[in-house]
Amino acid sequence: MSNLIKGKHHDWETVIGLEIHAQVKSNSKLFSSSSTTFGSNPNSQVSLVDAAMPGMLPVINKYCIEQAVKTGVGLNAKINKYSIFDRKNYFYADLPQGYQISQYKYPIIGEGKVTIDFKDGSSKEIRIVRLHLEQDAGKSLHDQNPTKTYVDLNRSGVALMEIVSEPDLRNADEAGLYISKIRSILMYLDTCDGNMQEGSLRADVNISVRKPGDEYGTRCEIKNLNSIKFIKQAINYEVKRQIEVLEEGGSIEQNTLLFNTSTGKTKPMRSKEEAHDYRYFPDPDLLPLEIDQEEIDNIKKLIPELPDERKKRYVDEYNLSNYDASVLTSDKAISDYFDSVIKSDFSLKASSKIVVNWITSELFSILNENNLEIINSPIKPKDLGKLVKLINEDIISGKIAKEVLIEMFNTTSDPQIIIDKKGLKQVTNTDEIEAFVDEVIEENKKMVEQYLSGKDKLLGFFVGQSMKKSKGKANPQILNEIIKKKLSKKN
Amino acid sequence: MEFQSISQLKLLLDDNKISVKEIAQTYIKKIKEKKDLNIFIYFNEDKIYDQVKLIEKISNDNSLKGIPIAVKDLFCTKNMPTTAGSKILENFNPTYESFVTQKLINQGSMFVGKTNLDEFAMGSATNTSYFGDTINPLSNEGSPLAPGGSSGGSAAAVAADLCLGATGTDTGGSIRQPASFCGVVGIKPTYGICSRWGIAAFASSLDQAGIFSKNVTDASILLKEMAGHDLRDSTSSNVKIPNFSENLNIDLKGKKIGIPKEYTIDGISDEINEVWEQAIKSLEQKGAIIEHISLPHTKYALPTYYIIAPAEASSNLARYDGVKYGHRAENAKSLDDMYELTRSEGFGKEVKRRILIGTYVLSAGYYDAYYLKAQKVRKLIADDFVKAFKECDLILTPTAPSAAFPLNEKQDDPIKMYLNDVFTVPASLAGIPGISIPYGKDKNGLPLGIQLLSKHFNEQEIFNAAFALEKDYE
Repeated sequence: MSNLIKGKHHDWETVIGLEIHAQVKSNSKLFSSSSTTFGSNPNSQVSLVDAAMPGMLPVINKYCIEQAVKTGVGLNAKINKYSIFDRKNYFYADLPQGYQISQYKYPIIGEGKVTIDFKDGSSKEIRIVRLHLEQDAGKSLHDQNPTKTYVDLNRSGVALMEIVSEPDLRNADEAGLYISKIRSILMYLDTCDGNMQEGSLRADVNISVRKPGDEYGTRCEIKNLNSIKFIKQAINYEVKRQIEVLEEGGSIEQNTLLFNTSTGKTKPMRSKEEAHDYRYFPDPDLLPLEIDQEEIDNIKKLIPELPDERKKRYVDEYNLSNYDASVLTSDKAISDYFDSVIKSDFSLKASSKIVVNWITSELFSILNENNLEIINSPIKPKDLGKLVKLINEDIISGKIAKEVLIEMFNTTSDPQIIIDKKGLKQVTNTDEIEAFVDEVIEENKKMVEQYLSGKDKLLGFFVGQSMKKSKGKANPQILNEIIKKKLSKKN
Repeated sequence: MEFQSISQLKLLLDDNKISVKEIAQTYIKKIKEKKDLNIFIYFNEDKIYDQVKLIEKISNDNSLKGIPIAVKDLFCTKNMPTTAGSKILENFNPTYESFVTQKLINQGSMFVGKTNLDEFAMGSATNTSYFGDTINPLSNEGSPLAPGGSSGGSAAAVAADLCLGATGTDTGGSIRQPASFCGVVGIKPTYGICSRWGIAAFASSLDQAGIFSKNVTDASILLKEMAGHDLRDSTSSNVKIPNFSENLNIDLKGKKIGIPKEYTIDGISDEINEVWEQAIKSLEQKGAIIEHISLPHTKYALPTYYIIAPAEASSNLARYDGVKYGHRAENAKSLDDMYELTRSEGFGKEVKRRILIGTYVLSAGYYDAYYLKAQKVRKLIADDFVKAFKECDLILTPTAPSAAFPLNEKQDDPIKMYLNDVFTVPASLAGIPGISIPYGKDKNGLPLGIQLLSKHFNEQEIFNAAFALEKDYE
């Protein structure tokens, strides 16, 4: 797939780097013991430290450090045994201290890499520059009063991991795949809940365009995007804008942009003259953070199987395609469900592709209709496994199986019980099936003549009618064969 | 009635010769009499009697039961407002008690009020406070002297016998210099030994709580009660606090006393140097060995301090923005406008000056040349002391370059004012403990102080030597 965009005079290449802000999954904040629960009453989760009262001091939350190290391991990154928390100084109403505690020169995590997978089976490695920990700011509420701004400090001080990529991404789709991959790794690690709607995961996107082979162009940064859809839209709009500006002989001004989700356009947030001088310096209230090898080793022991390992297992052991495996593993809950199905009966290993299809088509559709997440599925993995096995063993047809699935959803019973109770067991007895077929032939003599005179399409009619007679229970293959045989005998 | 020491008052209390209430009455009367010295920002009789009721109920085993203590108004206190000497916190009532004051309360001490200080502890004369200048109790009528600063209110409170101990904070000399000016004992312990939790920050890497008292023994009693590890302050040290007063030992035989040659500075009065000489001789007579040492980077200490302290202050004081608490300007037209007006109105000249300096030295393009270089020099200064303490146990120097000066003398010359810290700043940068004790007087009868320094967590040896020297003037 070419990443180049046709221009008036020459092709253009897009260069994209992402800064992902992921909220650390932790019950308390980075430097205080306040709760981090989302959606609580404004200012109900604010400690003296979060409100920056005089004389209050930050104390590092050890759990957040462990979460960051875990994430570093998951991103195949270097864990820095020595890191420093700095103050980033600026004034804003929802920044109580007048500075954000962040990491500047010495982040906790250094270079890493993740792999993204494409539909055509190929993949690409995206390099990560660093991951650092920082505090989130509070929230300014401008819509509560016509003349006043209110401040909610619940989020103030919540731990964020900022994950910075190299400018290795070349189009919106790659950016989408990259953020999905990061999200999935974080969710496997349980270091971020990945909830983009609630803002637990958001991204700043740096974009520039260049003539292939040239140096990087001047970049613009689109701030605070909280859905993959918007990230892609914003990139596509911004790339088009930059190319237009350049082709008209203009130049790109380095700028911070906001993306308007209703117009689909980007616009400058502040101009260069207003650029902040953040006056970073090491926070004198905190000592440098030192982690020893033993702690790192202990954290490594907590690392679960990650999407790439799992993907490899699916490809190697279950013969799934690289892409199928990557789609399946991208969501831990789905992948866990799949694993539980296979584990419930290892003979299902051979039909893993069928299991995937049952999960991603039938199960998903019934869950979607009922607004349920897979984790809350009333159909347990072992029962879905039984269902697939019943199909494999020709006990029921795929069509009946769909009916059984609905019943399973409604009653949470074992599929075998449903089949027995409702008498849905597939008819494979040729005599019984022949009887259904004979009846149909008898009742539709005219059709038989038409068929015999060359109207082949009518075969489906006979199949359908016979199946109906069997109440759908006839084994389709056997039924097909018998009809073909019977009708050809008439010749 | 004047009580000479904590142990004397404690004994009277234990023998039922005085009640907690009588102690309160005695000191309330004294404080009222000395109202003109403007020592207290906050003084409220009712608040004292409220404490009396609680203190009466506690056991006499509490080491500070009924002991009147004044608190520098930089420590946040639950039952009294806290201003940091600034308009920006004029009506601020903390909902929490600082670590240090809580520990003093736990031992039964009675807070008589909150003492005046230079605004946010920035100053050397207690003349930058929004609440007016404090007058040194040793002044002659008509010619008011500065009590030193920034903890001038606390030093003056002890000197005027308005309490038996007063908390202070020392960032570059703010305990030791006013102790010297007011003729009292003042110790700045090792950085990290007293938690900074609940003390409005000036310069986090330098700020350290300490205590003023009438004598070395009282200082050693009080410091033991104030110190201790605190999980809420990441820079707090987890060390065992010795029972300093029980261990006091005047035997200095074989102790090596370092006399740094760099502390002999041009323009310092002969009187200061003479007092220093006398102290050296006295220590020698007591069996100590005098070592002439060098602290080669001493001359860089002041400029280093006046980069690091303002840099940290510029960031520490960013929280006073009118949004959450404290003064907020009226009629602001925008958020930026509110910040500008609030901070222009709320901060005084000296605080603004230091915020500007600090902002400048941290700004892009200047950071490496100023802040980073200052940090490197700070390390060299600290290393000077590490090396010196391989040759000696204690270092003896003058505390301040002069006795108390007239109140308004150096107001318009910040550089001259900053020179007051020349002998105290190096120890602050190194984080080592230092004490100032009164030792001799100048020709006008004003007290002079000498300073004893030692390595980290070696307060006991400082107390011992100070205790021995103190006897020279008994």
